[in-house]
Amino acid sequence: MDKKEKILIVDDEKIVRESLYHWFEDEDYLVDTAEDGETALKKYEKDKFDLLLVDMKMPGMSGLDLLSKIKAIDKEAMVILITAFASVPTAITALKTGAYDYVTKPVDPDELAHLVKKALEQRALKIENIQLKENIDEIIKPDNLIGESFQMKKIYELVHSVARTDTTVIIRGDSGTGKELVAKAIHINSSRKYFPIITVNCGALTESLLESELFGHEKGSFTGAQFKRKGKFEMADRGTIFLDEIGSISLKMQIELLRVIETKQFNRVGGNELIKSDFRVITATNEPLEELVKAGKFREDLYYRLNVFTIVIPPLRERRDDIPLLVNFFINKFSTAMNKKIKSVSKEAMDFLINHNWPGNVRELENAIERAMVVGKTSSIIVDDLPFHVSSNNFELNGEEKSLSAMECKYILNILNENSWNISKTAQILKIDRVTLYSKINKYSLRKDKY
Amino acid sequence: MDIFIAPIKFYSTLLLQNLVTELSKRFSSRIHVIDLKINLDDFFSIDRKQYFSTQIIAETIKLTDDYNGKIIMLTDVDIFVPALTFIFGEAQLNGKHSILSVCRLHEEFYSGISNENLLFERTIKEALHELGHCYGLRHCIDWDCVMHSSNGIEEVDIKGHIFCHKCISKVDGYK
Repeated sequence: MDKKEKILIVDDEKIVRESLYHWFEDEDYLVDTAEDGETALKKYEKDKFDLLLVDMKMPGMSGLDLLSKIKAIDKEAMVILITAFASVPTAITALKTGAYDYVTKPVDPDELAHLVKKALEQRALKIENIQLKENIDEIIKPDNLIGESFQMKKIYELVHSVARTDTTVIIRGDSGTGKELVAKAIHINSSRKYFPIITVNCGALTESLLESELFGHEKGSFTGAQFKRKGKFEMADRGTIFLDEIGSISLKMQIELLRVIETKQFNRVGGNELIKSDFRVITATNEPLEELVKAGKFREDLYYRLNVFTIVIPPLRERRDDIPLLVNFFINKFSTAMNKKIKSVSKEAMDFLINHNWPGNVRELENAIERAMVVGKTSSIIVDDLPFHVSSNNFELNGEEKSLSAMECKYILNILNENSWNISKTAQILKIDRVTLYSKINKYSLRKDKY
Repeated sequence: MDIFIAPIKFYSTLLLQNLVTELSKRFSSRIHVIDLKINLDDFFSIDRKQYFSTQIIAETIKLTDDYNGKIIMLTDVDIFVPALTFIFGEAQLNGKHSILSVCRLHEEFYSGISNENLLFERTIKEALHELGHCYGLRHCIDWDCVMHSSNGIEEVDIKGHIFCHKCISKVDGYK
């Protein structure tokens, strides 16, 4: 059974309150009355009503004052003002203050019935819309940008300040630093968030494919174009287009791109119709665009058009403080996805992860954790669970350990560990005989548990 | 429980007779026509040129202690409650008294052309509707039910002339 809508009638005249009360009661609404603005406000704060019918002229707080106060509590509140004398200025004031509508006393019952029905329908739609948007917010919430380092805090500030504008953004950073996540964070925090963010990896497509991908094509415009297809710019209408690896596009495409970004108009490949699209542009690159400009491989005008607001993401090795946070984030992510009970990392493994150089940045770290979660057999990730290329990278030496013997010691230990201290296999890999290996083990006092 | 019809400033004897006949067919209760000494002019609004129905009912309550049953006043005058431009009728929910104005049930009010059959149909629908309120019924969402709300004459004509299965159970003595 549907929930009954609640209506509050606010009028200083008792007979008006009572007549409306009975009328709405007969219509099967839940009805309450208030003789002045103060009482109405108290009742509204205590019990949200779906609709208020408010007399404009009341002693003390006027209907308009009450309307303002109600709107301050709930901007979605539905208020119909009732006035004894209709005039254009009154109507304008009522509507500007946020009233849904206003009616003149006495009101035609048929008109009142329709008005109330429409107002309540609109309120129901607004509530439904808010709930749907909340659901969308939940669905489109990206993987959080992780990091508490000052570099990441600076990035959050930049994302926040640029998100609410339509400024073109260029995100720069090494491969795997999370440029796409930053682009998504900008989109999600912008007014365009209810429309799509379209990602195009420009480096992955040939020039002709990229043109068709970006602008779409008409049926028969080239061999294989059997159907008309919308391009990414068209799909990004009212949303955002994220052009990754922008440094890799050809000079011809750069001209096209500059034109589209400036005019927001384009033709589909093989088409004459001028397509308009309202999109925001975010680009990303790990290439030194300035050098490409100097070398004549990237148009200067496009460079300046794209380089309006720059966000630089530092490599992971420059923000090692964030590694424990990222590690825990990925452990939680993969333990849920893999249904594994691994919840932590041993101290040794964490030290290892923090000190690693991470040339592949966050992506490499994520892959390392995923791999460790797959092979891990205990409730905690240990060094042995980490992938080989990570272990070998630990070979990076601190300042005091740069001697040849220190390097030899670490290297031998590494290979021994990788082969579970299988002497024959290790000797074979090191291309030395078993006796030499034993003498090295003794020389460096290597032990199986010493790691 | 008897039903008492009290014509006040009501001048169509034929319509009154037809209403009594029809209600007698519909109810097992006895239908009486009574004469209430009420001066409607006391409830006339000079501004609105209409009669304030809530006050008429309030006055009737004082005069009808002796009547054990439901009382429906029938009048030709146009009636109102303050917030609305007009009403067809008013009733005490789950109470004893109601009032029905046939002023706006006349077809000539809308088209200038008289239609006695239509007036009778409308009158019986609205009389049953107001009595229904006195039996504790609120408005019904079923358009075929006489308890459906009618804020305009079109809705009076559209809705049904009998109580729906759900509403009928509350109406005492309805056949």
